[in-house]
Order: sequence, then C-alpha cells, then structure tokens
Amino acid sequence: MTQAHERIGDTLLAVENVSLAFGGVRALSEVSFEIREHEILAIIGPNGAGKSSMLNVINGFYHPQDGAITYKGKKRKQMRPHHAAATGIARTFQNIALFKGMSTLDNIMTGRLLKMRRNFLWQALYWGPALREEMEHREAAERIIDFLEIQSIRKTPVGRLPYGLQKRVELGRALAAEPDLLLLDEPMAGMNVEEKEDMCRFILDVSDEFGTTIALIEHDMGVVMDISDRVVVLDYGRKIADGTPDQVRGNAAVIDAYLGVSH
Amino acid sequence: MNSAAPANRAPERLDTFPKLCADQAVKNGSRPAIREKDFGIWQTWTWAQVAAEVRALACGLAALGLKRGDKIAIVGDNRPRLYWTMTAAQAIGAIPVPLYQDSAAKEMAFVIDHAEARFAMAEDQEQVDKMIEIRSSGGKLDQVIYDNARGMRHYTHDFLHSFTDVQAAGREFDEAHAGFYEAEVAKGTGADTAIILYTSGTTGQPKGVVLSFDNLIRTAANGIAFDNLRLDEEVLAYLPMAWVGDHLFSFGQSYLAGFCVSCPESSDTVMHDLRELGPTYFFAPPRIFENILTTVMIRMEDAGWVKRRMFHYFMSVAKRCGGDILDGKPVPLVDRLLYAIGDLLTYGPLRNTLGFSRVRLAYTAGEAIGPEIFAFYRSIGINLKQLYGSTEASVYITMQPDGEILPDTVGRPAPEVEIKVTDSGEVMFRSPGVFVEYYKSAEATAATKTSDGWVHTGDAGYFNEQGHLKIIDRAKDVGRLNNGALFAPKYIENKLKFFPEIKEAVAYGDQRDYCAVFVNIDLAAVGSWAERNNVAYASYQELAAHPQVLATIKERIEAVNRDLRDDPKLAGSQIERFLVLHKELDADDGELTRTRKVRRSFVADKYDALVEALYSKLDHTHVETEMTFEDGRKGVIAADLQILSAETYSSAPPLKAAS
Repeated sequence: MTQAHERIGDTLLAVENVSLAFGGVRALSEVSFEIREHEILAIIGPNGAGKSSMLNVINGFYHPQDGAITYKGKKRKQMRPHHAAATGIARTFQNIALFKGMSTLDNIMTGRLLKMRRNFLWQALYWGPALREEMEHREAAERIIDFLEIQSIRKTPVGRLPYGLQKRVELGRALAAEPDLLLLDEPMAGMNVEEKEDMCRFILDVSDEFGTTIALIEHDMGVVMDISDRVVVLDYGRKIADGTPDQVRGNAAVIDAYLGVSH
Repeated sequence: MNSAAPANRAPERLDTFPKLCADQAVKNGSRPAIREKDFGIWQTWTWAQVAAEVRALACGLAALGLKRGDKIAIVGDNRPRLYWTMTAAQAIGAIPVPLYQDSAAKEMAFVIDHAEARFAMAEDQEQVDKMIEIRSSGGKLDQVIYDNARGMRHYTHDFLHSFTDVQAAGREFDEAHAGFYEAEVAKGTGADTAIILYTSGTTGQPKGVVLSFDNLIRTAANGIAFDNLRLDEEVLAYLPMAWVGDHLFSFGQSYLAGFCVSCPESSDTVMHDLRELGPTYFFAPPRIFENILTTVMIRMEDAGWVKRRMFHYFMSVAKRCGGDILDGKPVPLVDRLLYAIGDLLTYGPLRNTLGFSRVRLAYTAGEAIGPEIFAFYRSIGINLKQLYGSTEASVYITMQPDGEILPDTVGRPAPEVEIKVTDSGEVMFRSPGVFVEYYKSAEATAATKTSDGWVHTGDAGYFNEQGHLKIIDRAKDVGRLNNGALFAPKYIENKLKFFPEIKEAVAYGDQRDYCAVFVNIDLAAVGSWAERNNVAYASYQELAAHPQVLATIKERIEAVNRDLRDDPKLAGSQIERFLVLHKELDADDGELTRTRKVRRSFVADKYDALVEALYSKLDHTHVETEMTFEDGRKGVIAADLQILSAETYSSAPPLKAAS
C-alpha cells in the first residue's frame, strides 16, 4: 500500500459537526471526518447507522440542521444535488437508478449531460457544432465502455441485464460525468463472489487510472478491508472510529457495535 | 503515418511474410490491411501503415536484444498488434510461437519452456501476470512486452515494456541504423522456420510443429487459387492465433492475396461484429454453426404465427431444392420460383441477421458436422464446405470443390496434395505444406513423417467411388467384427449423436459377432417431447425406459443402419442390439473426459455386465451402478434395462417389382 500513500493528497471534502434529524429521529449527530484527494474511503456501520444519510448530505440531497461541509476549499451549509453534480460529485445508488428502457450506451451518455454546452434545439438539429459535440461525448462514453469491459452490452436495454452488470453500468454513468469525488452506495450489494471481485478491480482501477477520489458504503468487510485506504465507522448516527483498515479492525468500539455488548 | 522511403521498394523474391508485407505496401499501400473494433468503431490500418508499424516494432525488438533464431511467445486474443509481432519477429529472423490464450498456466509454462522463448508479447495484464510467474520460475524467458497498458501502472519490473515504448525505441534505432531493417529482411529465405505452432495434443504434452515460409506460402497460394480468393475478401479473425487455420486464413492468405482481416472488439462481441462486418470468407468449427442454428430455431419458435408458418414453409422448400440450386444442378421451374420468393422473404433476411449476407465461401473442419446442420446452411444459399486438414499439413489435406459437395465426405485432395490409404486403413499425405519437424523431438518426427515425406494422420478413412475422401475414425480405434467387417465406433456414434434425442452413444464390436450400442437420451430434447405429448415421468431413469422413447431410439438406430447399408465398407457393422442407459454418462464418474468425450474402454469395464448382456440372448437385465452426485456424495441406482434388437438391412439393393 506504499503507493497508495504517495498518491493521497490534501483534503478534498471536510465534514464538520454535521447533525441531521428527521423529526425526532436523529440520523446523524455531530459527525466530522474528511475525504482526501485520490483516496478510497469506506463508510461502514450496522444497519441504520446513518451511512446513506451521510452520502445524501455530501451530495446535497439532505440538508443538515447543523454543521458545515467544506468542498474544494469552499464552505457551504446547503447545496442542491445538481450543484453538487456540477462541481464534480457523482454517485451511484443502493437501489439501481438507471433508465431501464434505454441502452447501456444511452444511459452512460446521460452521465455526460452536464458537459453538453449546446441547447436542445441545436441537439435536435444534430448538425455542425452539436454533431461535433455529440461525437466528442460519444467518444468519452466509449472509453468508459472499454474501461468497464461492457462492449458486448453496448446496445442492450439495461432492464434486460443481470444485476451485477446493471451496477457496472451505473458506475459507468457516474464516471461519465468525470467526477472529482465519486460516491458509491453499496456497489457490491447482492453480488456473487466473482462479480464482487470484478467490481473491486474496477474501483481500484478508477482510483488508479483517473485519480478519482472515492467514498463508498459497503457491508462486505473483506472488500472494505482490501480496497480502502481509510475507514470511517458510524453507529447510531455517531462516528465511533476513523482510521486505516487495520486500526479500525482492532478498535473495541467497532467490535462492540458489530457484535453487540453484553449488559 | 508515413512509411520510411526504403520500405517502398519491394523485395525481389517474395518468399517470406516480411517481404510480402513490403510488397503489399507498394502494390496496395492505401488499401485496408487490418481492422480492429475499438471504442465502438472499426479502426483501420492500410498496408502502408502496417508495413511502417511492423518496421518500427521489428527495430524496437532488435534494440531490446531479440536475435536471429530467438523465439518470441505471443499470447492474447486476435489483435492487430499481435499479428504484427509475428511479421516483425520474422523480419529480424526470430520465430514467433503463438500460445492458446486460455490454456492453463502449467501448459503455457511448458510451451514457453520447451520452445526456449526469450521474449513474450502479452496482450494485457492478465497475460503479463502469467508471464511474470513463468519468468520467476526460471527458464529462458527474459523480456516481456504488453499491448494493453490497462492496470499496469504499478508494474515496475524493468523487463516489462509497453508496445508503444518498444516501437518508439524502434523508430530511433531505425534512424541510427539506416539499412538495418532491409538487410535483415533480405537475409530471410523461404526455407527458414516461419512459426512454431503447438498442437493442443489430446494425449501427452503438446508438440511444437515447425512450419517454414515455403510450407505456409505454397499452401496459402494453393488455397487462394482453389477458391479464387480476391483482394476484396473480408475475413473475421476470431479463432485462436495459435491455431494453424487462423494463421493461414487470417495471416498467410491475407499477406499473399492482400485482403483485409478484421479483429473483433472482444470475445463476447464476435457474433455482433460478424453481423456488422459481413465477411465474404468465413471459417468456423461445427460447434459454432450448430449454436447459430439452435439460436435461430429458438427465436423462430418465439416469433409470431405468420412468420413462423412462413419460415417453416420456405425452409421445406429450401430443404427440397436449395442445395441443388447452390450446386448448379437442374431444378424444376416451380421450385426455382418458390426458392426465389423464399430468398426474398426468408433466406435473405435470415442470412442478413446472421451476418452471412456477403459470404461467398464458408468452411468448417475439425470434426464431423451433422448432415442436417450442413444441409441447412447450404439450403439457404451459404456456400458452406468441409475441409480436412492438420497443423502438420499447414492446413489443407482435402477440400470440397464448389458444386461437388457430398455431406459425409471431406472432399478431394487439395492442390499439390497426394493421399494414400495404407493397408491398415490409415490416411497418409504428402504435400508442399508438410511440416519440417516437431521442435526438439526427432523421435516424434520420425514416428509421424517418413523419410520420403509421407505423413501419418492417425485417421482411418477411404476414398468413395467419386474420389472423395471419407474419414471414419481415429485409426487406432477402428476394429473388425469376427466376420471380418470393418468397424468404426466413432463413425457410428457420431451418426447416432446427430439425432437430437441422442446425447451420447458408445459402440462395441471389435472382435465381437456384431455391433451393439449403449445410448444416452438427451434429457432436454426428450424431456420437451414428453412435455408436448403429455408423457409423465419422475426421473431421467424413468424417461429413459419409457416404451415410446425406446421405440424412437430404435427408429433412429434403424435409420443409421440404412445409412450404413449404403456404405460399401461399413455395411457389415450395422447395429444389431442396443440398450438405453439408465443414467447419464458423466465426467464426475469418469465416464467422459472433461471435454465431454466418451472414454469407451472405461465405460466397457464399468458396465461389463451390460456389454455381456448385449451379446447374450437376454431381453432384459438388472444393473446397479454407483454414481456421484453434484455435491460429491455417492449413491447407487438400480434399474432393470431392456435390451432390444434393431432391424438390419442387407447391402444388396432390394429388387424392385419382379416384373
């Protein structure tokens, strides 16, 4: 992992004392941590620990009552998801959110939408600058298809694909936005061992080849320990540990949270 | 891209592939030489560009230390850069050794070690990892070059080089050493070793077949002349590069005739790429033709009523006259008209969907193809032919000439090929394509090739009255019945297996009074028949013993017997008795090899009571068999098997009305 440490840079995003409540339910209480450039950060915790809420706060879908988020040096309290997308945050979802009737290629092309400069009238004309732009984006999409090795399903409607491949297509769509920060919500849920291995390789390759910073939520401890540089552990909305996989593995609070404590 | 000036002068004698490459760059410099689908688009290189790429690579390899006589292993899918590696290595006198990319690491290590390869060209990270492992276990492997840099960022070994780096170094080297490349190419002659192809060898270790430029170029030229191949052929290169067929069709003949070869995007997209490309000259083993046909049939069953009726009607028309129309034989006018309509409505669109719209010539070889499958493709207007060949022959031994297609033969001797059948029934051949030797194995060479150039094929066969060769079995498996009649078990088994209801068959007869067989029903086919006909069954065993199933199998066997009757040599080995096995032959029980070939002698030992029953007067017998379940547990199944007799037919044609 020596190379990984060399690659990690300054703080890209800092979460400071974020608290989030839905009515009386406190989803997050005073959580602070940071995500550094080029690292792979895993957020783990038992069910209901607030992992997905954390991700939703980061990409602006939820607005925390307290605390602030500093992203690329700019402090902000609230942000809309499309602003997050425009400033380079892309994500995938726990329950796949693709356009089922569209092909793999078209789904990935939707990830390029924010990069398209011509308005829809130009695009409807499909001529001159709009055509050139379309070709540029198609090329970018093709590079992602090549990268994720999904050439054989390029024209297949996504709804007909098996689950593992749909997850891969969703990763492809997130990558199409050329994000600086990629949020993956349970990228390996419901996959078999082989599909998990493939997905691990793609996540590591994304980090390697594009230098993308990745924050992911995952339940499979083997996967988390293998691929992440740092792990943040949440339990009942609080951060109970933060460190390298080895540090976290030995942390008493983490063991208690997962295995329970005898009273 | 511009090729350096000196490359534009064609060499005088075109007796090696590097010389042919330079010649094509002059004659057809702006025509496409090779394509690869990458990033969703067919990327094309012209002959002039290929010549420049090969030149840069050859110089780069020389700069890295590849010497005349060194071997370079090539491992990966069909990629333009891997094909160029072959030519580049040959240009500086090195010998390419392509490997089967999916072979086990142990087998790959054996070949690299045996060939004493010092260099390796690997397609991607997966193959590089194998090379690093092989290198670390000792041996001569030294430098490793890779084509695709994906995932290789953290590889810091100093013996690893990227393809582009090697080419860049080559261009510098070329500038510093003017005339080096031309001089090296000129040193090559036709008698030099062009390539070593390791045969996958079903028994024992793989053997390295050494082929010279003369072998390959003469054979390629003969094939081109025989089938009148042109500059504008389109070929899809998708079969392993280590296989002699791919080397001849996608490399040798392309360099000689100048036609363009296209590499698919990945092994998963072959069928799609095939449809896009529409090759004119296509090659596939029977398995692929069979799979395509199955897919068509399944999709037709799902089609609407009108389409389905139309398809079946016109397929019956095609079955009646399609083959004859293709062969240019006389056909009644009505059929000709119906066929023309069918072509418009069914055959044309079907060929288009399959990617066979432009096919002028398709070949199949490797094993026997089912007559129904063969006839299907011919009847819809695809000129599918069979050939018989081997690595030791640089491919061609016999080919079916246009218009003379007899389904169960492999055709006439290919140009310049002499064939004889020994007294023991083994086929031998002699041709300009006959291999030089097995690499580092004088003993095996001597056992296969006689001093005057005849090669043992190990196959038993004979010429029929029309002068076409018929291959019946491996020579060592052919036996004789007690009455002296020739007995070819695999020939009989294959004929039985062509019926959808029969999954496996095992024939006995060597040194017996008559031929008898075990039959395994195909659960998928027979099961679906049972479903359609409301036949209830609880297990494989019960279905296999169903009287109607037995009656069907009996009919099939009698059909085979009628077929055998018409064959003068094999008429004596018609099947007299048979039984349908109560369990499926399984690799887990050792009855099949992992590649699903029946281990005949093992089965005979295991079921010796059944074999004896076949040669007794019993009409049923009790059997208990141990079997292994999928989870590894063992169990015993018992069954009472019926032993049935089949009708045999006398070889004299029945007298027609005595009047």
